[in-house]
Amino acid sequence: MTPKRKQKLFIVLGLVSLAAIAIGLTLYALRANINLFFSPVQIAAGSAPMERQIRAGGMVKEGSVSRNKESLEVEFKVTDYVDDLEVYYSGILPDLFREGQGVVVVGELQSDGRLRADQVLARHDENYMPPEVAQALEEAGYSPADYQAKAAEVGKRLKAQGNAETSQY
Amino acid sequence: MWAFIHKLGSPKWFYRISAKLQPWFWVAAAGLIVTGSLWGLAFAPADYQQGNSFRILYVHVPAAFLAQSIFVSMAIAGLVYMVWKIKVADMAAAVMAPLGAAMTFISLFSGAVWGVPTWGTWWMWDARLTSMLILLFLYLGVIALRGAFTSRDSASRAASVLAMVGVINIPIIKYSVDWWYTLHQPATFTITSRPAMPTEMWLPLLLMVLGFYSFFIALTLMRTRSEILRRESNKRWVRELVEEKQ
Repeated sequence: MTPKRKQKLFIVLGLVSLAAIAIGLTLYALRANINLFFSPVQIAAGSAPMERQIRAGGMVKEGSVSRNKESLEVEFKVTDYVDDLEVYYSGILPDLFREGQGVVVVGELQSDGRLRADQVLARHDENYMPPEVAQALEEAGYSPADYQAKAAEVGKRLKAQGNAETSQY
Repeated sequence: MWAFIHKLGSPKWFYRISAKLQPWFWVAAAGLIVTGSLWGLAFAPADYQQGNSFRILYVHVPAAFLAQSIFVSMAIAGLVYMVWKIKVADMAAAVMAPLGAAMTFISLFSGAVWGVPTWGTWWMWDARLTSMLILLFLYLGVIALRGAFTSRDSASRAASVLAMVGVINIPIIKYSVDWWYTLHQPATFTITSRPAMPTEMWLPLLLMVLGFYSFFIALTLMRTRSEILRRESNKRWVRELVEEKQ
């Protein structure tokens, strides 16, 4: 490689790495805003603002969904297996909504600690399977929801550890 | 190996070698995409949760893969052009950009269509979706920069620099679902680990991904060849070639 080319290569690589550092630091500084939702732990710790539109995410707690038979009103708990958040909502739920399913709820936190949701979005995980496989899993004693919840639980625990580490400054 | 790469740098050689390679990639692309889409759309089992709407994956995932790979290829071509002044690299980078933009659009659009039945919304400003939208703007920026200069050399250099700096967005797209809480789920299909889906769902996806890559290579070879003829039209070998054809 001629010295001129080498110099050019260094200039280009230098430029790219400087840009990468700048963007990396920006994203690091904005990480709280980039996260799409607050988890129930964060809300319980008081890091979410009251009476302003926020998003909260987690799993719909097993056995926590109660529907009003007369109307579209529904109440459920969103959990990250550490803390729970009570949510009430009136409207049509997405098809994938069920107990044990990941959800993101958009709404305002009320003074009683409950969240009044304006919108409920379903999350799904990356484990696709045919119905027969899901059935076989169920017969073997795992429900697909368990399967998801377990994966999510491990993920959340890892994330919680990560958050604990980064918040100790 | 080095000799082969050196030869590829010469437009004349590239023109000859690509003529031999091109038909193979077209055949592979057609075969793989037809088999993969038939298999994926008609024969693969439906998902236990999403039913048939999960089949959008067979277009969404390959398009998203390609959108990112094309940008990386463009950045590498830009680096080769900037440091070694190899013109073929710049021609290839120039013809890749519109396909990359199209693939980014397809992945965003199919994702939105998929989002309505599964998530309950077609758009959410989460890290994955937003970084993918930025990728689309980067592609449009590269295309616009190429058109904005009267001197081809300045245009090529500006586009190369934007591609190289913009490549920083690629790891952000890839790891966005791991670094931040997002609505988008983590990757289904990675090269490094066992896929999170059974073989009868995963194989058609593999065929589609390979088919899309073959299509990208075939189309890039074809368009680079016409770009070579256009830019080298005053060279003797091109004139001779044209006279031979007449």
